[in-house]
Amino acid sequence: MTPLPVETSSPLIETHDLRMTYRVGRGRVLRALDGVSLAVQAGEVLGLVGESGCGKSTLGRCMLRLVRPSGGRVVFDGIDITAMPERRLRPLRQDMQMVFQDSYAALNPRRPVGDLVAEPLRVHSAPGGGRRNGVEIARRLVELMDLVGLPQAALARYPHEFSGGQRQRINIARALALSPRLVVADEPVAALDVSIQAQIVNLFMDLRDRMGLTYVFVAHDLAVVRQISTRVAVMYLGAIVELGEADAVLHHPAHPYTAALIAAVPEPVARTDGLPPPLRGDVPSPIAPPPGCRFHPRCPAMRDRCSVDPPVLRRLPDGREVACHYPVLGAEPDLMPGLPAFLATGPAAGRPRH
Amino acid sequence: MEGDTLLAVRDLTVALPIGGRLVPIVESVSFTLGAREILGIVGESGSGKSVTSLAIMGLIDVPGARVSGSVRFRGRELVGLAPRTYRALRGREIAMIFQDPMTAFTPVYTVGWQIDEQIRAHQKISRKEARSRTVRLLGDMGVPDPEQVAGRYPHQLSGGLRQRAMIAMALSCNPALLIADEPTTALDVTVQAQILDLLRGLRRDYGSSVLLITHDMGVVAETCDRTLVLYSGLVAERGPTGALFARPGHPYTAALLDSIPPLHGPRPKRLPSISGSPPTPDERPAGCPFALRCTHVHEACAVRPPLVACGEQDVACVLPTEGRPLPPRFVPEFCA
Amino acid sequence: MVTSVLWRLGQMLFVLVGISVLVFLVFFATPGADPTARIAGRNASPETMARVRVEYGFDRPLPVQYARMMEKLFVTRDLTSYVNRGQKVVPEILEAAPVTVSLVSGAAVIWVVLSVVMGVIAAALRGSWVDRGLMMLGLVGISTPVFWLGQVVNLVTQSRYHESWLFSWVPGLGYVPLTEDPLGWFRVLLLPWLTLAVLFVGIYSRVLRADLVAVQSEDFMRTARAKGLSPVRVLLVHGLRTSMITFVSLFGLDFAQLVGGGALLTEVVFGLQGVGRLTYQGLSNLDLPLIMATVMYSAVFVVVANAAVDMVYAVLDPRVRDGG
Repeated sequence: MTPLPVETSSPLIETHDLRMTYRVGRGRVLRALDGVSLAVQAGEVLGLVGESGCGKSTLGRCMLRLVRPSGGRVVFDGIDITAMPERRLRPLRQDMQMVFQDSYAALNPRRPVGDLVAEPLRVHSAPGGGRRNGVEIARRLVELMDLVGLPQAALARYPHEFSGGQRQRINIARALALSPRLVVADEPVAALDVSIQAQIVNLFMDLRDRMGLTYVFVAHDLAVVRQISTRVAVMYLGAIVELGEADAVLHHPAHPYTAALIAAVPEPVARTDGLPPPLRGDVPSPIAPPPGCRFHPRCPAMRDRCSVDPPVLRRLPDGREVACHYPVLGAEPDLMPGLPAFLATGPAAGRPRH
Repeated sequence: MEGDTLLAVRDLTVALPIGGRLVPIVESVSFTLGAREILGIVGESGSGKSVTSLAIMGLIDVPGARVSGSVRFRGRELVGLAPRTYRALRGREIAMIFQDPMTAFTPVYTVGWQIDEQIRAHQKISRKEARSRTVRLLGDMGVPDPEQVAGRYPHQLSGGLRQRAMIAMALSCNPALLIADEPTTALDVTVQAQILDLLRGLRRDYGSSVLLITHDMGVVAETCDRTLVLYSGLVAERGPTGALFARPGHPYTAALLDSIPPLHGPRPKRLPSISGSPPTPDERPAGCPFALRCTHVHEACAVRPPLVACGEQDVACVLPTEGRPLPPRFVPEFCA
Repeated sequence: MVTSVLWRLGQMLFVLVGISVLVFLVFFATPGADPTARIAGRNASPETMARVRVEYGFDRPLPVQYARMMEKLFVTRDLTSYVNRGQKVVPEILEAAPVTVSLVSGAAVIWVVLSVVMGVIAAALRGSWVDRGLMMLGLVGISTPVFWLGQVVNLVTQSRYHESWLFSWVPGLGYVPLTEDPLGWFRVLLLPWLTLAVLFVGIYSRVLRADLVAVQSEDFMRTARAKGLSPVRVLLVHGLRTSMITFVSLFGLDFAQLVGGGALLTEVVFGLQGVGRLTYQGLSNLDLPLIMATVMYSAVFVVVANAAVDMVYAVLDPRVRDGG
């Protein structure tokens, strides 16, 4: 997937040192996001990956201002929307939409699909100002059904009459009704069966090509993220640990966590032995994250410095950013394209060398 | 992986009453499981994989449900077994672990108490002895500080620890067969790798056979000796995992594998996807259930195909008998 | 632990103060009505009016009036009912309270035990004729008016069949204190207990059955069966405890409102001088001091019962203990 020509030099959406904290009682604070800065150019697909509690969904919601961040800034198309009141945010909402994981919960079961998809068209005024009339809305609904690959007859039916994949198409149609520029998709295929998942991933890719959309694609499935993303941000406990071109990050991970994450994905190729040793321990609670590098208690390449000195995100020569004191550098590209870089670097498989 | 047959399932059919009539959710499922073997049952939602496992456990309690066929465990017929006899078997010789360890533990008792309970349900030993075995089991499952964890409530543990405790509970009476129903679906991928590692080690450390039920082809590939692919309540294909993944004989298996986005190698421009969605049990066609979505469909598919040998596998498809089996799958070589 | 108990006590105190302020404002600071006249009663002499005005400080600002009222309720306890010939209100309530508490506690024991038994049996035999029969019985209990049932019980046991061997033990209507004659206390209250409990047995057994049936489909119930436990153990040990939440909440509310005066009808039918009857008297005579005192009394019970319910939650469910 080649990036579309970028229209403007400024990014479509960017975050600066974004923070989101929740009080969880007894004076404890959960840091869901702890200083996240990134920028998404128009036409790009940014994949956000990580395990539960890493903050990827929270980041997606903050970007769309569905929740108000506790600190930092969110800038959409050059406009700071961090603290913008809902009333002023509304016109901008047409340009940024969200698709959720649970396709059924997102649709009111008592209203026909046509009503649900038309809702944003009725609520928001037409581009030239003024309300859309019935004919315009009906025409747009037909276009939308065509766009997401559903028959027009679907408009008169109710959400429960559809399968999970079809319902997700309905959700996508609704998100696209106002021709947004940015779509944040939060685990949109996680609840779907593999054969259906492929259809929806393809649909996302087609729609991007046809409508010049920009996606922020939140998912835990690395293979799905690789398929759809131009760039990938790997998150761990509320912070980005690695950010860069999708192929670079996923083929030659520089951060030990990225490498471990890739190594842990079970692949549909029979191999019951010779598997790398799994990462130790669980993801720590974001209420009490470890000091220093947050990954250090699980890191196979941990050194003394890691437990005291938190690494900051820095740019490597190849353009990617990584938050690690000892990133894996310069793995020979394409000698062993299948192998995570730290496994390919030497005989001490499973431990990065430096 | 040949060995003594521990479990032999033959023509297992489970019919549940839906809308006033009995609808077969699972139809004529047959397979065998040897001692110390890991068999994967893989299928999408609605394929009947969980119903199959519950039928083996004798846990289908929907009023009016009908289980027919034969399930022989160590030579003993389980279908139609008296409830009391079945109960003595459950937890002791056949144990089960479930998808979500959060909801699978009773929230109001400590995990240690719940493991003790299972031990004491089957063996006349004191509370103290039961607890010391519980602590030892938790330790064996890689739980750090097992004594303290035994005194915690399920909600106080992480997902990975809960699933380890669940496996410890299942193994507490040293069962010959462990049925794991989506044991890693609710877990993060790095924790999933740990739990799969644990499951693989069970046959060595406990001599247990494992029936692993999952929707994830990757989990099957990395864990199971043999694989059974279910589609819409019927066996589509079964055979040794290596052969099945390298040369799938059923168009469904092949298409399913193709539709998984690859993590390595070149990115496909589009993912090969299967059109449509699987038929529900009451709409299942009389012929091949996959015919509606199959690219190889022809007249012969109007009759339900029996399982026939195709390479190392058995395949419920007419293509091998017509002398035109599927070509081997292209797999990017990455495993030394 | 200590801090959470203190915190809880503080909350209770706060709620009680809030209620007392509210009740005080409603009764004594309603514009357009002179509280002096209301306390002194109809056709009171000007001397009485003047005395009341000074005693309650109605010639002074509202906060002082409120403080006076609270002082008379809780410190000097000499709140006096002028309507009722100078009767002191607080001792009156303290005398009525044991009657009501005896009546409601006994009934509560009966309804909790019976409804748990009925609910569990119905849930265990779900769909059978036993289940349907028990639930039908519950419905009958819910729809039987307590005053009618009480009258019928009295008719049968006090007059028509009183001489028969079956009911000759039934004493006359009224109350016997537990401290004086425990057996007499039990005998005189047994029929009122049963009468009051009927409605609640109906409600609680149906609620519990519904919750038990719902819990059957929980994953942990399937785990418990997969462990090889007996159906009885699965239902009682794993099902019952986890489905008691609604039951306990309802119980807290019902118990508190009954002790606070909600058992009026039963008290009247069986000639028991309880708090319900007292409240009724106060209302029908517009006896403001009495109303003020009974409202405060029942508020105390509601607040205490709520705190007790929260504590039972914490015992039943460790997740509550950990604060979610």
